[in-house]
Amino acid sequence: MECKNCQKDQELEEILQIYKQDKDNLIQILNDVQEHYGYIPTSAQMRISEYLSIPFAEVYGVVTFYSRFTLKPKGKYNIAVCLGTACYVKGSEKILDRLKERLKISPGETTEDGKFSIEETRCIGACGLAPVFTINRRSLW
Amino acid sequence: MKTLEQINELRIKKRIELDLRVNQVTGGEIHILVCHGTGCTSSKSPQIIENLRSLIKEQNIQNVRVIQTGCFGLCAKGPIVVIRPQDIFYSNVTPDDCKEIIETHIKGGKIVERLLCKDTDGTLVKRLDDLSFYKKQKRIALQNCGKIDPENIDEYIAFDGYKALEKVLFQMKEEEVIQEITDSGLRGRGGAGFPTGKKWEFTRQAKSDQKYVVCNADEGDPGAFMDRSILEGDPHSVIEAMEIAGYAIGANKGYIYVRAEYPIAVERFQKAIDQAREYGILGKKIWGTRFNFDIEIRLGAGAFVCGEETALLESIEGRSGRPRLKPPFPANVGLWQKPTLINNVETYANITKIILNGAKWYSEIGTETSKGTKVFALGGNVVNTGLVEVPMGTTLREIIYDIGGGIPNGREFKAAQTGGPSGGCIPKEHLDIKIDYESLSSIGSMMGSGGLIVMDDTKCMVNLAKFYLGFTVDESCGKCTPCRIGTKRLYEILDRITQGEGSEDDLKKLEDLSQNIKSSSVCGLGQSAPNPVISTIKYFKEEYIEHVKDKKCKTGECKALADIQIDPEKCKGCGLCKRNCPVEAIEGEVKQPHEIDKSKCIKCGTCIAKCPFHAIG
Repeated sequence: MECKNCQKDQELEEILQIYKQDKDNLIQILNDVQEHYGYIPTSAQMRISEYLSIPFAEVYGVVTFYSRFTLKPKGKYNIAVCLGTACYVKGSEKILDRLKERLKISPGETTEDGKFSIEETRCIGACGLAPVFTINRRSLW
Repeated sequence: MKTLEQINELRIKKRIELDLRVNQVTGGEIHILVCHGTGCTSSKSPQIIENLRSLIKEQNIQNVRVIQTGCFGLCAKGPIVVIRPQDIFYSNVTPDDCKEIIETHIKGGKIVERLLCKDTDGTLVKRLDDLSFYKKQKRIALQNCGKIDPENIDEYIAFDGYKALEKVLFQMKEEEVIQEITDSGLRGRGGAGFPTGKKWEFTRQAKSDQKYVVCNADEGDPGAFMDRSILEGDPHSVIEAMEIAGYAIGANKGYIYVRAEYPIAVERFQKAIDQAREYGILGKKIWGTRFNFDIEIRLGAGAFVCGEETALLESIEGRSGRPRLKPPFPANVGLWQKPTLINNVETYANITKIILNGAKWYSEIGTETSKGTKVFALGGNVVNTGLVEVPMGTTLREIIYDIGGGIPNGREFKAAQTGGPSGGCIPKEHLDIKIDYESLSSIGSMMGSGGLIVMDDTKCMVNLAKFYLGFTVDESCGKCTPCRIGTKRLYEILDRITQGEGSEDDLKKLEDLSQNIKSSSVCGLGQSAPNPVISTIKYFKEEYIEHVKDKKCKTGECKALADIQIDPEKCKGCGLCKRNCPVEAIEGEVKQPHEIDKSKCIKCGTCIAKCPFHAIG
């Protein structure tokens, strides 16, 4: 396979080496790739498909099934607003609306300068502090 | 590697050392316990721990230790710091308070009064046990949370840790273990309430060369954080229980499926696995017996449906989480088609206590059909948001008012939601219901995993049903038509109603569609998705009728229907609404009734929330 960015491919190989070439490891690998790159590049999906001998369409199916995996890169500061019930009851939707207004993007999008992205998140379990949002996974309330 | 004898010796030695954690021992060490659960961690408790340790080191203070613990439960007042052996409870502690705690309390021997917790009646309380928040609780699953350092296996061992495993491996046959769990009356705490002993027996009966034990730590219900707290505060209790289960059913391998949104829980649990392996408590030929057992973590990836046991298995196998048809049940055909026992974290957290104290002890707690205790994550419009554990049979009123401290901001209770998006709401008329599996389903709700959201009179129940359906539509795996299409139609109808475009015919459609989806969906997600709709229509029908007939939403949450007005009889002219209105739509003189200019009003509801006299609606 052609290596367009050799350094990036090397990092992906390092992730893959941790896991046996077993189909069961698909989600574990995708979690590591998401953590490392901030999204799942198509090139990574193709390499994973090769490594685990799973059709590319199936890898793509799994990537698009789970909400933690994204196809596009997130911003430098990824703001995730919790819309779990406790936070919702305490007004987290209003926080989300205000963020949308200020940054002029919708959940799932990134600002043009790549600085900020917003997402709605499932309950992160800090309900005692509701309403909660996280910036790059650090909680704020 | 430690032999069994070494572990027993360690237990005795460590228990003496840590006795001050539970008894009023005088003249010995002082332990400063700081909550390091996710909630308090976000409020800088790691900084508190660091500051306290630095101050102690700098000043060379002897016989004082700072210990990170799991969740104390009173999240609303976090970060929590408890000083043992006196059991002094400090709340809302900040990193800047550390100096005073060391100077005044540790060195000076005097309590820092301003950090004490105010009880719901306003009195300052010194000791944890005297807080009304704890008085009606009975902490069994949460026994060690707030007592031990979850990252130190020796502290777990000190308080009877791995004693149950020893009893099981050396004194009990497999059938005896299962009999004990059955006799205890323990039922699955994940939500369905299936008798745990029965499930263990089914899996034991299945014939296979390989079996698995799985722990469901997906905890997908929004508003639920019981499992997270157990994994963060007492991970070894789950490891020990999984081993006991493995012994009883004939499995040598366990998997815990944890949602990826719980990074602290994942890290703590991995540390606990590593420590157990180091001591030879996980691995081959444990303590010289023929029993082998090991555990691995598998991360979720953000799919609510993966909390359903067969979808969870699909996910561990590396596929999209689409539920399998049942039967066959996982007890016979589970992970990689092998017999698999799947239980929830809280279910496991009860096992060692049942083995050590006996089934009879456990079955004396709770009600006729629901034994033991239940952990609830109390959230929403309630004063003491946090984690509580109560005997089954405790009333909802006791939980919300005696433990929870009631409804804040002078508002009224409207409803409580249990079971998350699969559950139903419980209105005022059922506040005195004695909580157990049967009583909750008899009123159209369910126990669920433990999320208990309290709602006050500013919440619109139609909007709430729409919120839950929005969640379910997103999370539906798409496999079966009733759920994939049906929930979407439910959502669309509710959306139209909240936009002022509903009709009375829509209410009939909602009811019929709900019954159809319930009876024909493949898995629990679809089967329970209509529950919020069914229960809100049952108890709040007049609110639905107001929405569709009068095109009115009294709470103002449905913006398209909100007709926000200031009641001139109640208005005292304080001007709070006027000052807070983001579009300056309110006019009025001081001490004169104010008025809203409807042409400017954006129906955001800020004035309703700010008015101290409840004059706006």
